[in-house]
Amino acid sequence: MQESATRPLNIVVLVKHVPDAQFDRHLTGPGHTLDRAESILSELDEYALEAALQLAEARGGESAGNRVTALAMGPAAAVNAVKKSLQIGAYAGVHLADDALAGSDAAGTSLALAAAVRAVAESNGPVDLVITGMASTDGETSLVPAQLAERLQLAQVTFASELEVADVDGAPVVKARRDGDSFTETVEAPLPALVSVTDQANSPRYPNFKGIMAAKKKPVTVLTLADIGVDPAQVGHDGAWTAVAASAPRPPRSQGTIITDDGTAGVQLVEYLAAQKLI
Amino acid sequence: MASVLVFLDVPALPLPRAARELLTLAGTVGEPVVAAAHRADQAMLDALASHGAVKVYEPAGELDTVLVAAKAAFLADAAKTEQPAAILLGNSFEDREIAARTGIKLGSGVITDAVAVAPDLAVTKSVLAGSYTSTCRVRTGTPVITVKANSVEPAPADPAAAAPQRVEVPLSDAGPAARVTGRSGKRVSGRPELAEARVIVAGGRGMDGNFGPVEDLADLLGGAVGASRAATDAGWIEHSAQVGQTGKTVSPQLYISAGISGAIQQKAGMQTAKVIVAVNKDADAPVFEIADFGIVGDVFSVLPQAADEIRKRRA
Ligand SMILES: Cc1cc2nc3c(=O)[nH]c(=O)nc-3n(C[C@H](O)[C@H](O)[C@H](O)COP(=O)(O)OP(=O)(O)OC[C@H]3O[C@@H](n4cnc5c(N)ncnc54)[C@H](O)[C@@H]3O)c2cc1C
Repeated sequence: MQESATRPLNIVVLVKHVPDAQFDRHLTGPGHTLDRAESILSELDEYALEAALQLAEARGGESAGNRVTALAMGPAAAVNAVKKSLQIGAYAGVHLADDALAGSDAAGTSLALAAAVRAVAESNGPVDLVITGMASTDGETSLVPAQLAERLQLAQVTFASELEVADVDGAPVVKARRDGDSFTETVEAPLPALVSVTDQANSPRYPNFKGIMAAKKKPVTVLTLADIGVDPAQVGHDGAWTAVAASAPRPPRSQGTIITDDGTAGVQLVEYLAAQKLI
Repeated sequence: MASVLVFLDVPALPLPRAARELLTLAGTVGEPVVAAAHRADQAMLDALASHGAVKVYEPAGELDTVLVAAKAAFLADAAKTEQPAAILLGNSFEDREIAARTGIKLGSGVITDAVAVAPDLAVTKSVLAGSYTSTCRVRTGTPVITVKANSVEPAPADPAAAAPQRVEVPLSDAGPAARVTGRSGKRVSGRPELAEARVIVAGGRGMDGNFGPVEDLADLLGGAVGASRAATDAGWIEHSAQVGQTGKTVSPQLYISAGISGAIQQKAGMQTAKVIVAVNKDADAPVFEIADFGIVGDVFSVLPQAADEIRKRRA
């Protein structure tokens, strides 16, 4: 029996396969969806994975019964986000893949992910923590973590810049720090909880050779909507509660004036601002 | 006329510009009604009325000690009573989360990062780090829309406006929620809020630990101070000053970038500024690709000289 004071944690980390922001990104097709060539594991999810691994390691890691499952939803290629997570150190992976999911908005995404988390709980035991990045680097809305908390009725601790799980009277409690505009706050929630972490939370580790080899042996479960009991009509383009009617690239900024300081650049700057009626 | 419910989490007066913008925008779509996260005193009611609010929903108790869950429950309850044509919120991380949860509670679609809302509720927003503009609609439920600051010109106050009707909303069970266990205030700078500032002077690693010239110029221009992540990570300035993908997205009239290279994550937060000025000693810095006025030079000579010139002109 595990001591209740340090019982292992069952953690699900959401990882998203997103277009690499280092390249130009485009919206295409009638649904104005994102061209997903050149996609990678969302950088912001690496902080979530690192946070999960640290929390599990603080309790003895995988051998002590902790679980860190990386869960990705998306087309076939999205399994790469799961595989990368396994190389970095996740213990197991789940890929929710179903053609009907294409074009899902935040509401549909959170619906499907909530069902997937329930499916993980069914096969793995109760989930203590769902950890996500602070936003996806493609949709950038930050809606999904909060909507997932609402759908799963979990206490929500978002934008954590520091995170620990402490045992209070034998029950694990998540404690976090959040940096607001005019104050910093500490917050606390009993498990189960949903946590999103910022890029201040840690320094994500890189996959090393050992991790890459070990990842090959780690299980990846593929789930469809039928497996998690979600009606395809509730997700994807047709089930979306929002729709994009039109999209256009922002006109490129016209080439500005570049000067090299000859000792008067500060004065020229003020002249420019005055001419633009900015001072 | 249909009403538009505006969620405001304003603990004290004066009403921030962002709140006045939301009320003004609501007035172009319908009749502004407010859901106030804090109980409003008479002065607050007068201020809300003078900016168009005809009705103010207030919680029957404090919503403060738990995180967004309680505010979302309050807003959803107010919306169920009011049945507005749309719900508007600000675009801060917290506002977006409240919008997110309210959307699920009401079965309503949510659109974030709006820069315009048409009378037919078509929403214009910037996407992909400001590189695209799109028009979106909510198809299901009451549109829940979070609006970026500096999207509309706030209408002037009308001191003769009639007092708004007050409606108390009983607190409902918000479900499991995190509790705030401690809060430490930061110093108040007296400068405008970064997210809604019309002028921002931002410094990066090139400031080498000395934000004095950035702060001096910001104060002369009545602006806010921003920073790159390199500068906030170094601890030269507080994290809340960070502009970019994981900091604030800003759309000021003027953004002066000082000693910032202009990495994609920094550009993501500022490239919709009306006018961008960049000062960097490296002529190849990516920030010059988007600058309207670029100066290849040393921040420690250019910024102080500009400040001196402004002082001279004003003397
Ligand atoms: C997941 C993730 C999220 C991120 N989020 C953000 C974000 O929100 N915001 C953000 O800003 N960054 C963010 N970054 C970091 C970003 O990639 C860059 O590292 C960062 O913006 C660099 O800051 P900088 O331009 O100040 O520093 P540097 O890239 O080091 O550039 C400093 C510049 O200053 C110039 N310089 C030096 N000395 C002088 C001088 N005396 N006079 C004039 N010029 C001088 C140099 O030529 C150089 O161009 C993020 C990164 C990651 C991975």
